[in-house]
Amino acid sequence: MELYSILRQFADSWMLLLLFVFFVGIVIWVFRPGASKEYKDTANIPFRHQDKPAEVKEARK
Amino acid sequence: MSNYIKLIVLGLIALFAAIGTNYARDLAYQVHAVLVMLIAGGLFIWTLRNTDEPDILIDRSGEYMDDVIRYGVIATAFWGVVGFLAGTFIAFQLAFPVLNFDWAQGYLNFGRLRPLHTSAVIFAFGGNALIATSFYVVQRTSAARLWGGNLAWFVFWGYQLFIVLAATGYVLGGTQSKEYAEPEWYVDLWLTIVWVAYLAVFLGTIVKRKEPHIYVANWFYLAFIVTVAMLHLVNNMTIPVSIWGSKSVIVWSGVQDAMIQWWYGHNAVGFFLTAGFLGMMYYFIPKQAERPVFSYKLSIIHFWAIIFLYIWAGPHHLHYTALPDWASTLGMVFSIVLWMPSWGGMINGLMTLSGAWDKLRTDPVIRMMVIAVGFYGMSTFEGPMMSIRAVNSLSHYTDWTIGHVHSGALGWNGMITFGALYFLVPVLWKRERLYSLQMVSWHFWLATIGIVLYAASMWVTGIMEGLMWREVDANGFLVNSFADTVAAKFPMYVVRGLGGVMFLAGAVIMCYNLWMTVRKAPAKEASLTVAVPAE
Repeated sequence: MELYSILRQFADSWMLLLLFVFFVGIVIWVFRPGASKEYKDTANIPFRHQDKPAEVKEARK
Repeated sequence: MSNYIKLIVLGLIALFAAIGTNYARDLAYQVHAVLVMLIAGGLFIWTLRNTDEPDILIDRSGEYMDDVIRYGVIATAFWGVVGFLAGTFIAFQLAFPVLNFDWAQGYLNFGRLRPLHTSAVIFAFGGNALIATSFYVVQRTSAARLWGGNLAWFVFWGYQLFIVLAATGYVLGGTQSKEYAEPEWYVDLWLTIVWVAYLAVFLGTIVKRKEPHIYVANWFYLAFIVTVAMLHLVNNMTIPVSIWGSKSVIVWSGVQDAMIQWWYGHNAVGFFLTAGFLGMMYYFIPKQAERPVFSYKLSIIHFWAIIFLYIWAGPHHLHYTALPDWASTLGMVFSIVLWMPSWGGMINGLMTLSGAWDKLRTDPVIRMMVIAVGFYGMSTFEGPMMSIRAVNSLSHYTDWTIGHVHSGALGWNGMITFGALYFLVPVLWKRERLYSLQMVSWHFWLATIGIVLYAASMWVTGIMEGLMWREVDANGFLVNSFADTVAAKFPMYVVRGLGGVMFLAGAVIMCYNLWMTVRKAPAKEASLTVAVPAE
């Protein structure tokens, strides 16, 4: 088979499956237990460190 | 030491440009060579005068790098007015062809000014807005100063040089005639260098962040930077005819070239005008509303869905062409699926205001941001509809497309940028508030009515044009000539031009308001730089 057909067949099958599984994986991962609590904190990032950079390594403390 | 390397590089560039000035094969190249020679020469002298001067090291790690963002805000407002003015002028050129002045033929006629307008609004206005806001957002949400020191300044000035080279090139005839990718090969190379520096500054800041998580706005900004780099490189694979001339030849040919062009073209919309501006939405709407984004989970799904889908939508630009049917069907299907994440994002932005809807009454800035998201929802509904083959057979090549683009660009990109500018100027110049909220209201209504006039007139003229083109008589002959449609469109062209005047007037009011905010609004702190205590 010439290169085009090999790539085309790969894209139609395994790559498609990989991307689809990756996407579904993300959706499942987003709804993992304990995510809500973590995301609540992440969503509040814009309201910290308004005027100057954080001084210690862990900014949230 | 690094100054010596700089001097060598600048000297070589100036020398090369001087030779280019002499050997130039066309006017655009010659003017650019003179420009580059003068800039490189000027920088050479400036660097030379600062070489071996004692270094004054000030530790600025305890403050954000905001001066480059202030320049970016000014550049955004300036290029915005330039781009809107060019657009309004070419709108009237279409209505009144006499405005294609005889004395300026070949320089200022519609064909030369149209790419000037599109590049000025997309790349100069939109690009500067994206660079400035991304630098602002990535610092605040990473709790870290910009990485790379003066590299951010290189990105800013390098990007302005790209804009000037592109714009002067169009007027003088230096174009590769690819829509939204008109600049010729050496301008493309320069943009590549600037863009890599931009990616380095942005990514470097994320790497040294002090927040454990990367806030969602940064994901969108990063997707925009990385994807635009990829699109730019693939769509500009050209071989220059001569190193002393601006003309180049693309390596792709035929339908592959067309497909790559619209893969680029649609993702310029998807990643430049959508992903990047969604980054703006996810930071500035929560900030202005003073409440976190409606659903952070939805924002993550929104991000992955939109970048997985957008990249496939390009072929809908090539219905009924030499492109195979399966490819244009694929583009159409992905465009329709794209409707879902687009509206998911819109709902996320709008619902951020839930519990604070009264702000719409009291705060014209948040009103501006909300109408931006509203226009985003409207044009991401209209777009998938127009990508359906049957609808496209009516809408393609008509003014409907132009109306669609402008409801997205003026409504979504313009309004969210205005909102961000109104937020940024008081913060960056340390003012307590904007000079006048009443002027923001004036800007809001002028811009909104302007867009409505624009979009409505283009719907009418576009559908009319499409119907006139396909009208056949009982014997199967076409009823209308092309000139008949042009004549019939005249009133709508005047309405469209007036819409442009209103939008432009709003932007001028904004510039005055922002200027007076810096000049007259009460200051929060005496100095713009944070005082660093002496050790």
